[in-house]
Amino acid sequence: MGKTLAEKIWDAHIVRQAAGEPDLLYIDLQLVHEVTSAQAFDGLRLAGRKVRRPDLTIATEDHNTPTLDILKPIADPVSKLQIDTLRNNAKEFGIRIHSLGDADQGVVHVVGPQLGITQPGMTIVCGDSHTSTHGAFGAIAFGIGTSEVEHVLATQTLPSSRPKTMAINVEGHLKPGVTAKDIILAIIAQIGTGGGQGYIIEYRGSAIRELSMEGRMTVCNMSIEAGARAGLIAPDQKTFDYIKGKPHAPEDFAAAQSYWETLFTDSDAKFDLEITLDGNTLEPFVTWGTNPGQGLPLNSSVPNPADIKDSEARGAAERALEYMGLTAGTPLKKIAIDTVFLGSCTNGRIEDLRAAASVIEGKKIAPKVRMLVVPGSERVRQQAMKEGLDKVFLDFGAEWRNAGCSMCLGMNPDQLAVGERSASTSNRNFEGRQGKGGRTHLVSPLVAAATAIRGTLSSPADL
Amino acid sequence: MEKFIKHTGTGVPLRRSNVDTDQIIPAVYLKRVTRSGFEDGLFSAWRNDPEFVLNRDEYKNGTVLVAGPEFGTGSSREHAVWALQNYGFKVVISSRFADIFRGNSLKGGLLTVILPQEDVEAIWQAIEAAPTMSITVDLETRTVSYNAVTLTFELDDYTRWRLMEGLDDIGLTLKHIESIDTFEATRPSYKPTTLPIRI
Repeated sequence: MGKTLAEKIWDAHIVRQAAGEPDLLYIDLQLVHEVTSAQAFDGLRLAGRKVRRPDLTIATEDHNTPTLDILKPIADPVSKLQIDTLRNNAKEFGIRIHSLGDADQGVVHVVGPQLGITQPGMTIVCGDSHTSTHGAFGAIAFGIGTSEVEHVLATQTLPSSRPKTMAINVEGHLKPGVTAKDIILAIIAQIGTGGGQGYIIEYRGSAIRELSMEGRMTVCNMSIEAGARAGLIAPDQKTFDYIKGKPHAPEDFAAAQSYWETLFTDSDAKFDLEITLDGNTLEPFVTWGTNPGQGLPLNSSVPNPADIKDSEARGAAERALEYMGLTAGTPLKKIAIDTVFLGSCTNGRIEDLRAAASVIEGKKIAPKVRMLVVPGSERVRQQAMKEGLDKVFLDFGAEWRNAGCSMCLGMNPDQLAVGERSASTSNRNFEGRQGKGGRTHLVSPLVAAATAIRGTLSSPADL
Repeated sequence: MEKFIKHTGTGVPLRRSNVDTDQIIPAVYLKRVTRSGFEDGLFSAWRNDPEFVLNRDEYKNGTVLVAGPEFGTGSSREHAVWALQNYGFKVVISSRFADIFRGNSLKGGLLTVILPQEDVEAIWQAIEAAPTMSITVDLETRTVSYNAVTLTFELDDYTRWRLMEGLDDIGLTLKHIESIDTFEATRPSYKPTTLPIRI
């Protein structure tokens, strides 16, 4: 019997296999950021260990970094200490780092692909759950905890139990105005926040093949919101073209590509689970609740918990509506928004900024609405400025910021106030995620832009 | 890592599903560079509510957290495990855990026990009826017992052995350093490296 794509990559990285033990997997690349690495480096120091492969490791600063006044010292002393700690650790252990102000600083999952370091067939880890983003290139990429970060630094391997495989087929063609973000939000609403537990998901089908690399990254990025270990997409000509010309593209491109071309699921391979979605009927999708599975097409209304049969889901919906300050039956398009956040590892790439800019160009932001535009990396910011997008956003009335994770998780000063409501292109609508008491609706960049114009959740079709 | 063989303590019933890691410990608390001191941030938003379980006197000394399904979804922050441990929890029981959280907990010696939701419900009711009731979690026999009830749970032999011996993974892996060397020697040259830096 043939193998799935995930099985091919997994098997090619097994260093050691023993009955009753997890596989010992070789890790081709570890990405490092300031929040989940300090204790790992400390552990190495305590044990007198070195980083085995500094040349398969790269660090950047993103979670904590301010998006204003980036060249001044960081105001929050605790944030500053964490960033200084990363800089010192990188220096001590000989790791490449892209610090604030550097052309390659940015959200760790935007930096890897833009440098061409993310390539098909790799195993990639990072102390960050959205590492699944890199699966868009046909890699097995997953988030790990700090103990595992230390393990990979010390050994370049990770003991890991073999995951099950799931295929999600999105067939048909997306309608105009429907994006990668809507695909993944619809998937999570269907299978739930635990639906992917224990699986690597392979996204397949014509609607996936037609996505750009940026769109594929958006889909894979939120695999974790469906609970999956990882998500990936088989590489194709789009993948190869994207990597070609990037700084770390293989010097022997032909040799690499001939290997990459073997990275697909064999026709006689069997997935543990297969799910199919009709891409033709997908609509712009938004979340109404406090977990990413609580989402609906934008044209619907806030659900009534009383209509939900499962008591656990009903209780969760009741609590979510209370937290979100929403009343059952309210059309989603009537929900007024205070803040629009465009950015994050989900939707902070150049294509996302272009999409939003195309909607708002020549228009004015709704009164009392603030919009933060935070490019995923400094390179994305530079590219956007080259294309004049910064002017489009500024003329519209949005704030044009520096790169970082920013309001996606509100670890830096970019936070929602208590009761403040956002339409956010990020990945998590958890209680307090964007600031204590803040209320988050997850949306695509197109919906974010239209919402900023109208002041209520909207799609470009409503303009 | 401290060995985990058997633990007896009282329970804390957390009747919520989808307790994500941003609830367990919000991002603003993640700035410390140590593994300790995270107890202040544990469930910080919910602890403003005087009725929240951890604020109630009868549950103050609990060491076994009993939570709803999909516990630990979201971020990979191991700080969520540290916060629970720093606060004093030794065991978390739920019908479903998010993968990364579960991996982190078992690496760090916080035992996560999976039981069917109906058993979780029964434990909730038993704790609420008698908050001082002892709950024993025994890794040797892979059982949870309280009152006259004994429930068995599954945990693979390898992880169980590692927890009972208090072994850390790095030490175990380094015993196979030759396998890593051998594998590394076969890696194709077109695989990318981060150094030297190419612009």
